[in-house]
Amino acid sequence: MPEAAEPPLGDAGPGPDEPPIRAVLAKLGLDGHDRGIKVVARMLRDAGMEVIYLGLRQTTDSIVAAVEQEDADVIGLSMHNAGHLTLGPAMLAALGEAGLDVPVVVGGIVPEPDRLELERAGVAAVLGPGASTEEVVATVRGVVLGR
Amino acid sequence: MIARAGSVEDLLERAAAGDRRAAGRLLTRVERGGGDAERIAEAAWVRAGGAHVVGVTGPPGAGKSTLVADLVAALAAGGARPAVLAVDPSSAITGGAILGDRVRMAAVDASVFVRSMATRGHTGGLALAVPGAVRVLDAAGYCPVLVETVGAGQLEVDVSAAADTTVVVTAPGLGDAVQANKAGLFEVADVFAVNKSDLDGADHARRDLELMVDLSHVTGYGDPNWRPPVLTVSAASGAGIDEVGEAVAAHRRHLASSGSGVERRRRRARFEIASKLRRRFDRAVAECLDSEAAGATVAAVAAGEMSPAAATRLIASELLAGASAGSSPAGGR
Repeated sequence: MPEAAEPPLGDAGPGPDEPPIRAVLAKLGLDGHDRGIKVVARMLRDAGMEVIYLGLRQTTDSIVAAVEQEDADVIGLSMHNAGHLTLGPAMLAALGEAGLDVPVVVGGIVPEPDRLELERAGVAAVLGPGASTEEVVATVRGVVLGR
Repeated sequence: MIARAGSVEDLLERAAAGDRRAAGRLLTRVERGGGDAERIAEAAWVRAGGAHVVGVTGPPGAGKSTLVADLVAALAAGGARPAVLAVDPSSAITGGAILGDRVRMAAVDASVFVRSMATRGHTGGLALAVPGAVRVLDAAGYCPVLVETVGAGQLEVDVSAAADTTVVVTAPGLGDAVQANKAGLFEVADVFAVNKSDLDGADHARRDLELMVDLSHVTGYGDPNWRPPVLTVSAASGAGIDEVGEAVAAHRRHLASSGSGVERRRRRARFEIASKLRRRFDRAVAECLDSEAAGATVAAVAAGEMSPAAATRLIASELLAGASAGSSPAGGR
């Protein structure tokens, strides 16, 4: 085994300089397709992030509460119900109302023209079904560290 | 006194006024550790009002999160302002974690503060930052504070030293009377909740635990004035939840009216100081081993010129001499 499995010394875990990224992942609204979001949760976990997994049938309010209580660095919304042009901006509006400046990454089935519209509306990034692990991790890291 | 905006005092004041972001921010800083975390924990300690700390532990999948969600819903409905710290494991390989306890808590009232914590390399069922985080929530006026451990096997009993009242959640089919009598998790319960009471075997599990509790009485183990109740409950349907809540409240009254509360607080203080000391000394050991002199000793052991035991004695005497000479062995920052 390479040294990756070696237990950390001393204080254990990352020090003050390198805290793990905390990501809230959720399905917003009525949308039961959660295979994708579970895969993304694993990708982020295996990249060393702390994933706060909210699961199905969340509301903008429940996501705002989770982001505040968990002090999340980024929100990942999984959308497979063609509601992204309604729900994406609704999420951004709810965050704005709460005074939260936390980037939102949308993942799922989003047609190209809609992707541009979401990005214009303020969604930090949109990831489609073909996105590789590297792409997903780099995108999430990028929008967090780019702030 | 008006606290400077953004200062620890200001954040604590806002958290006490119900500002979730302020409390969330403070908990992040406590989790990151170091001097900043110490300062926050100290400031919170001044304001803390002695919230009832309830540990909830048990094997993975026993239904801890669902039970906690039911308990806090009942508490909030009764006018209390509860908070939950839900601990899940970090990967030993990557440091990442999936914190999934909120999935079961989706229906709890927005006034309940729920925070997920990763263990970040700590064993024992909790995260190192738990005592500090509990104090922040206490200072913010939350009571009770429920601490849900990682899915515990047999040895993760730290929670009993961090909590006033420990609820052990189990479920049917996880073992027989011999399992129930093994040392470890079941020894630390103040209240037993046999969850999934709708499943076959729940009554059997309850009887096994009752017998175990009776044997503690025979051997004189544990608090002579508190017999841990064994309650069957279905967290999914809510049946039996009120009884668990009542047992937790009764245990709190017992702690207040007997000498047990004082003893419990002494144990908690000792546990927290011991874990802080260990952290300091761990750092001191790491620093000492990085020194040139220790490096030579390590090399001597590697070359077979010195035994590991002799090397340990040598380095220990230097380490202890450094400590008693007053040069802070741990730095602490």
